Amino acid sequence: MIHTVTITDTNEKYTCRGKQHLLAGMIQLARKGIPVGCRSGGCGVCKVKIISGDYQTKIMSREHVTEPEEEEGVVLACRVFPLSDISLQVVGHLNKAVTRNQMKNS
Amino acid sequence: MAMTGILRPGHVQLRVMDMEEAVTHYCDNMGLIETDRDDHGRVYLKCWDEQDKFSVVLEPSDRAGMDHMAFKVRTEQDLWRFESNVKNFGIDTKRVAAGELNGCGERIRFTAPSGHTFELYAEKEQVGNGLPTLNPAPWPEDIKGMKAIRFDHCLLYGVDHDENIRLFTEALEFELTEQIVDGDVQVAAFLSCSTKAHDIAFIRSEEPGKLHHASFLLGSWEQVLRAADIISMKDIPLDVGPTRHGLTRGMTIYYFDPSGNRNEVFAEDSYRYPDSPVLTWEASNVGQAIFYHSRQLVDSFMGVTS
Ligand code: FES
Ligand SMILES: [Fe+2]
Repeated sequence: MIHTVTITDTNEKYTCRGKQHLLAGMIQLARKGIPVGCRSGGCGVCKVKIISGDYQTKIMSREHVTEPEEEEGVVLACRVFPLSDISLQVVGHLNKAVTRNQMKNS
Repeated sequence: MAMTGILRPGHVQLRVMDMEEAVTHYCDNMGLIETDRDDHGRVYLKCWDEQDKFSVVLEPSDRAGMDHMAFKVRTEQDLWRFESNVKNFGIDTKRVAAGELNGCGERIRFTAPSGHTFELYAEKEQVGNGLPTLNPAPWPEDIKGMKAIRFDHCLLYGVDHDENIRLFTEALEFELTEQIVDGDVQVAAFLSCSTKAHDIAFIRSEEPGKLHHASFLLGSWEQVLRAADIISMKDIPLDVGPTRHGLTRGMTIYYFDPSGNRNEVFAEDSYRYPDSPVLTWEASNVGQAIFYHSRQLVDSFMGVTS
């Protein structure tokens, strides 16, 4: 399965194939500054907010995502597996990295 | 026998979010051996060449990170002596009853200025290293994965760095082996309680109580490359390496466990004696101090902790 992911902050799109999590696809954008951390839901650097779309999650650190946050779609990208096309907003570390480089690129 | 007081890092208790994934990682991929489980759901592991019953405790949790790191002291008198040293330093200590961790004697528990919890103990059940003590073979045949030899050290990010190093050197009798300095400011301190290049290291940070990595010894550089093969084969998230450190000279590779705790396996680092000089790296040369070949700092390596 291939799903398209839209970063609403910059209107960039990337794809997630098969069992790829949201961060794996984003890394392939090969944009400098995408913080690649533990890729295991423990370090919290890859926080995003899902705006729309269906997804499955694996357990992620409560130090970085509280239960109410998770209910609102605030998740760690490395623990989210899309089941449909997704649109998301970058928050925290990711926001700085994605939007800073966007400004440089444009 | 010259070695007294604190002997070595005895164990580290790591928080994990999925126990069976964690056990697969530490046992099948890294070669640790499961020795026990308790009714808190904790799983006890040891590396093959350790005599004591466990050196890693995996604790089920909703987050990653280090619950505590414990050091083994040589005698019970040492335990009480360090307890009063820590108290006299101005830090509260607590006694944890023998048997709270299976097979471990009474522990002295305290929170260091860095924000990390440390423990000391004198007794732990010995189960041996799988080899006879009479005419032993050089290694057991049934060790899996990376074949980690022993739990070696942790590198921790914490606050109140100078006071913390004073606790370790004055009250706990560690010695500074290597450091990174930025003018008058010590950015990193490598501390030893033995002849190892380090038994623990601290990085000055703004957040208390963070784990940078828990590290395990391998037998050779060739074994580090073999660990790199396993990391790719098993889809383990790689952080940095294989490469060499300037600091401690170790040959190393870093990766993450399934909860996001960073691990290191390494080989062939340096050694020290109490009369060895302290080695100093300048902050202006920090790239080479950390990654000797590339001389480049890596964002994830510097910025990501659990
Ligand atoms: S990369 Fe560490 S939580 Fe996603
Ligand atoms: Fe290390």
